[in-house]
Formats: sequence, structure tokens, C-alpha cells
Amino acid sequence: MTTAETPPDAGAVEALAREVVAAHPPATTPLTDLMGAWYDAGLAWVHFPPGLGGLGAERSAQPRANRVLREAGGPEPRTVNTIGYGIVAGTICRFTPPETAARLLRPLATGEELWCQLFSEPGAGSDLAGLATRAVRDGDEWVVNGQKVWTSLAHKSAWGVLLARTDPDVPKHKGLTYFVVRMDSPGIEVRPLRQITGRASFNEVFLDDVRIPDSQRLGDVGAGWFVANSTLGDERTSLGDRVPARGSGTIADAIDLWRARPDRHTPVRRERLTRLWIRAEAHRLTADRARVSAARGTPGPESAITKLVGSELNQAVYEFCIDLLGAEGALVDTYSPDAPDDVSGPTALQRKFLRSRATTLEGGTSEIMRNVIGERVLKLPQEVRNDKGKPWKDVPR
Amino acid sequence: MTQSPTTEATEATEFAFSDDLVELRQMVREFCAEVVPEEVVRAAMESDLGHDPALWRRLGSELGVLGLAVPEELGGDGIGLVAQAVVLEEMGAALVPGPVVGTLALAVPALSVLPHSALAAELLGSALTGTTVLALAAPLGSGTFESDALGASTTRDGEAWTVHGVVDHVPDGAAADVLLVAARTADGAVLLAVDGDAPGLSRTAHSTMDLTRRQARLDLVDVPARLVADVDAAAGACEQAARVGAVLLAAEQVGGAQRMLDRTVEHASTRLQFGQAIGAFQAVKHKCADMFMAVEQARSAAYHGAWALQDGTDDPRLAASLARAVASETYFRVAATAIQLHGGLGFTWEYPAHLYLKRAVSDAAVLGAADDHVEQVARQVIDGA
Repeated sequence: MTTAETPPDAGAVEALAREVVAAHPPATTPLTDLMGAWYDAGLAWVHFPPGLGGLGAERSAQPRANRVLREAGGPEPRTVNTIGYGIVAGTICRFTPPETAARLLRPLATGEELWCQLFSEPGAGSDLAGLATRAVRDGDEWVVNGQKVWTSLAHKSAWGVLLARTDPDVPKHKGLTYFVVRMDSPGIEVRPLRQITGRASFNEVFLDDVRIPDSQRLGDVGAGWFVANSTLGDERTSLGDRVPARGSGTIADAIDLWRARPDRHTPVRRERLTRLWIRAEAHRLTADRARVSAARGTPGPESAITKLVGSELNQAVYEFCIDLLGAEGALVDTYSPDAPDDVSGPTALQRKFLRSRATTLEGGTSEIMRNVIGERVLKLPQEVRNDKGKPWKDVPR
Repeated sequence: MTQSPTTEATEATEFAFSDDLVELRQMVREFCAEVVPEEVVRAAMESDLGHDPALWRRLGSELGVLGLAVPEELGGDGIGLVAQAVVLEEMGAALVPGPVVGTLALAVPALSVLPHSALAAELLGSALTGTTVLALAAPLGSGTFESDALGASTTRDGEAWTVHGVVDHVPDGAAADVLLVAARTADGAVLLAVDGDAPGLSRTAHSTMDLTRRQARLDLVDVPARLVADVDAAAGACEQAARVGAVLLAAEQVGGAQRMLDRTVEHASTRLQFGQAIGAFQAVKHKCADMFMAVEQARSAAYHGAWALQDGTDDPRLAASLARAVASETYFRVAATAIQLHGGLGFTWEYPAHLYLKRAVSDAAVLGAADDHVEQVARQVIDGA
């Protein structure tokens, strides 16, 4: 296949991907078998070492492999295990011994073992590093107590990645440690968390004297913040290999509705929709520009803004749809917690409107994102932080 | 580790700025920093023409950046519109005074698409070296060529053409050595060259908000003219000017907006109030972040327009209107926010923020306002939906 000395180039990666989908046609191969073969061939994360789902190839070859899989009718790998592919795999690869990594990564890659992220807490949202869940050492184990929130997939997950406070006497960033924890461990209770949509797509997770072996610690004690942040960059650079077509995505909902409801056409709405379309198009082009810069090895500042712009645009589009619908815009057909994930049905737009309120909160609120752009991109001075340099235990909360 | 050359992005990809383009940008930026400091801009504001002919000649002859999008067989460099947009962006950042609108954004693109003629070649040649200032007097005020709004008409006696009428708000109309006048005939519009000192032509320079962007009113009474484009070519040339001009002005707008953002960030980082730099306050910081996002969106739209016109990657009318709709709005909003965040300093004559605000207004006022281009997008995208 490949020699150890020379990692395959992007063309070879793509050729290998074609071999795998030819040998395991996505249409007739069970998903776990397909993704298992994908992992075994080193295509799950091509930049990982051989034996850990990788080939030691350039990371930039990944989108080409994924495209082969997609075009053959296979899944976008991420959708198989969102948190697993998104943030966990890279952390495991970097911070666990190879034999442990091999044991964890294959079932992660196939989706047989889903992963969730136990980071946010009721008292630590934007200020994540201020989190209060405690882990206290007891011999070869850690005893964990606390509460996590906004944990998607917690009820279906085999594993979670956990940030916990191991030293309250040092400033907040320095007293955190990173663990992986079995979600069936005694003392873990998962409760669904209902959102304004009526659905429960997230959970609260309560940890009551949960015991975690020290062997499930990733990185040094007190290095949890560093470990967690080391993979945040992965998400930012894992931009797709393509940009959606013009007029697709969120704006398509507005255009489709406009087309379907000529009785609601007015000059004011026409202008509003046009301005939304222009915003959507400028946003799409900016995402494309970011993709090209990243692919050429010079990721620019564009990627920092696509989340912020996209989320605010998403809200504006559904606000337009609700207004266009008039009295119908005030209807919601179901608040069932079990309503399907794919928002459909007679009041799909109304439910998307409700869902859109989360887009400016999740993954960094718009306020935090503006701070990030101001401070990290524009290099403006940091705002005054009252907890700076103080031991965590002395900070009001 | 070296970057793999095997990524999908090739030199032909939209937004893939080649090393040559990066170098070009750097060269123009350095030239502007050295040769066009703010004092030069302010001197131009006080001058009769609103620009410095010697500086314009240097740009044309020494730097050679006025004909990058003009095909080589017409005396240009044949590199493409993206390169010319890069130049305009840097010129916009430095507020380089010159007949940018009349000559570079309008007359040169119009002449570049005409069938070969000795006259067009002569005009183009002297315009690209910066020795001749050209202006285009055509109804482009809504962003497209409106043939039913022609202010001039023409009569012909053999090969002798005579122009009559009134054309107002002609960018660089007073400074132009030669005016390209779109004139009505019974068969449609033609494009005629009128010398600046032709008998029967009187030019009234308007007093403008942006003192480096002049307009003039032309009163034409039996003015002798030479035919540049006949009825088969004139309308197309004017349309081309409208589109290329839109994209180039969008690039200039991006450059100006970026410079205002940079100056504002610099100010917010050093101006102390309440014992700290004001940029530490979220009220200020978040406005800066919004300026940044707006500039990046405008940059995407402007360069998409340049690539679309250069390589045919998109409908040129839509791409041009999109560029201008976003860039005009952005430049004005960013310049206005810059004044706000500079506080009283931003309102002084001495500080340059007002020069950018005024440029934002003058840029947005020619070749169709932002709302005109929003309307164009509505017609092309929404009405057909």
C-alpha cells in the first residue's frame, strides 16, 4: 500500500479511498463495516499515524478522501460520531499511548461507541475555564463530583471527554485536568434538557462520586485547558472541501417560501429578501475565500467570522419567514420532546425559527465571538478581567 | 513542512491570490506609502483638477499599473481584472488622487472592448501611460447604461460628427483631455471623442464633497467630434464600463474601508480613557469586530466580481451589482463608525477620517448607489424566483 518512509500524497490517498469504496460498496455494506474498513485503510484521519486510522499523510488530503466516500453514497464521516470526529479523535491521538488510542479510536470511527463532551456547566458557559466540577485524587483513581450541561448525545454515548477542576488553589486555567470517562460509570446520571423548541436534543449530566482510573487522564494534571484547546484548532481548520452552491442552505428556505406565497409579495418584503440574499451570498463567498486560503496553507482571518456572520444570518432569515407567514407564523404543530431531528412538517419554518435562537449561543456566543475577533484577530487590548491571576477558589461565583 | 501542492486550489481558482498578485500589492502599497502620503492628497484637494498629473503619469509610466486588465494587443499588460482590482484596493487605501473614475474605471474598460481602430488605440495608449486623462460622459447613474437617458445627440455630415446637448455629473469631466461622449442618433447610441478644448464645449466644474473626486457639467453646442464606437459597439462598451467600473470601485472601497478599520483599531489601542485603552471596552471592541466582518464580506464580493468578469465564473451583471451593493454600504458604514470611534478627533479637518467618509460618499454616488445595485440583484435573483 504505502511504505513507511514516504507517506502517500493526496492523489494516492484518493486512489486508496476509491479502492476501499470499491471493495465495500456503501449501498450494500453495513455502516460500521464500511467505516471500519475506512479506518483500517488509514482514511479516517489521514494525518494520523498508520495503525491509528491514519497514513501519516498531509491533512489537506482528507477532503479528497471524504469526497470519494460521499460520491460513492457513503456518509460524511463526521455525521457518524459528531463529537468523536470533531474534537475527541485528535485529542486521543495526541495525548494517549498508541495501544490505548488504538482501542478507543476504531469504535469511535465506526460509530459503535459514540462520544460526548462534558465541558459546559450551569455556572461556566462563556467562561468555561471557571468550571467547578471537582476531581479529587484517591490512589490510582479520581473521584469526580459536579454537574455538566448542554451535553448532546450523552444518553447514547459510551464515552465522554471531561474537564474537571483538580486544583482550586491556582488561577482557573491552571487547575483543570482532562479525562475520558465511561458514560455507564456508577454515579453518572443523564437527564434530558428540554429547549425552547420543545425537543430534548441535549442533556444535563450529574456526576456523583464517579470514579475514573488515572490511566484515563489525558495530559498532565493541571494541563486540561491546554489539552482541550489543542484540538479546538482542528475544528477551525477542518473546513469542508467545498462550499455550498449559491442560494442553498438557510437562504433557500426564504426563497422557497417567497416563491410559494405570491399572495404575500410586497415591495417591502422583496427588498428585505433581496438584502438577505446579498448577505447570504457575501457570507458564502467569504466561506469560499477562507477555504481557498486554508487549502493553500495560509488560513486567513476569514474563518473567524463565518460562524458569527452565519449564525446571525440564520436568525434573520427565519425572522423574515415568520413575518412573511403572517398569522400562520405563530403556529407550531408540535412541542414533542421526541420530534424528529430533521425539522419537517407543516410548521417546519416556525420550528427552525425557534431553533435559530441557539445559533448565536452555541459554540461561542456572538458577544464572545466579537471579543475573540477584537482581541485575537484585531489585537485590541483585553478587557479587564476580575479573576485574572487569582486562585480559582477566591473568584466570586 | 511544506504545503502540499496537490490541494484542490489551483491558480485558476477564484480567490487564489498568486504570488505575483501578492507582490503587485506590496509594490503598490510601498509606492503609495512613499509617494502619496496624506499631504499629497491634501495638496490635490486644494488644486484645480483635484489631482496631480505628474503623480498619475508615474503610476502609468513608472509603475505601469493602469492597464493590467487591458489585452496586450491593445497595449495593456493582459494580466487581468483581479490584478487591476488589487491595485485599486491599495490606491483606495491611500486615497491616491487621480482620474480613477473617469479614466481608469470607465474610459479604459470602454475602449478595451471596441473593435480595433486607430483612434481607440491612440486614446488607450496615452491613457495607459497616464499622459492623457479621459472621461466617459454616458448615462450610468443607476449602475447600468440607460440608452434612453442620453443627454447628448449627434449629427453627421459625411465623416464629420457634431455633438449637441447637456451631460451633467461627468466624473473627471473638467480634467479630461479627451471626453468620450455617448450620443444619440436615429439608429441608437454612438460613442464620440471630443477634445477638451474643442470649440462649442463649455465645462462647468462642480464643487464636490470629496475634493479629490470632481464632476463637471458639459454644455455642448455643435462641438466637432470623432467617432470612437458606432451603434453596433457603443452600448456594449458603455455596459462594459459600468461593470468593470463597478468592480474596480468596489475594490477601491474595500481598500478605503480596510484602512479606516486599521486606523480605528490603532486609535482604540492607544487612546486612554477611564484609565485604560478604549479598545478594551466591549462597546468599542464589538464595533471594531463588526467593521472587520463588514470589510471581509465586501472583500469577498469585490474580488468575486473581479474573478467573475475576468474568468467568466459568474453572470457579470449580477457579480458586479453584488460587489457594489456590499462594498458601497460597507465603506460608508465603516468610515462613519471610524469617525464615531475616534470621538471628537474624528470630526476634525486635520484628522483624515473625513477624507475617507467623503470618498465613501463619492464612490457610492457614481455608477449606481448601493440601493440601485440591490434593485439590480432583486430583478435578477428574486423576481425570477
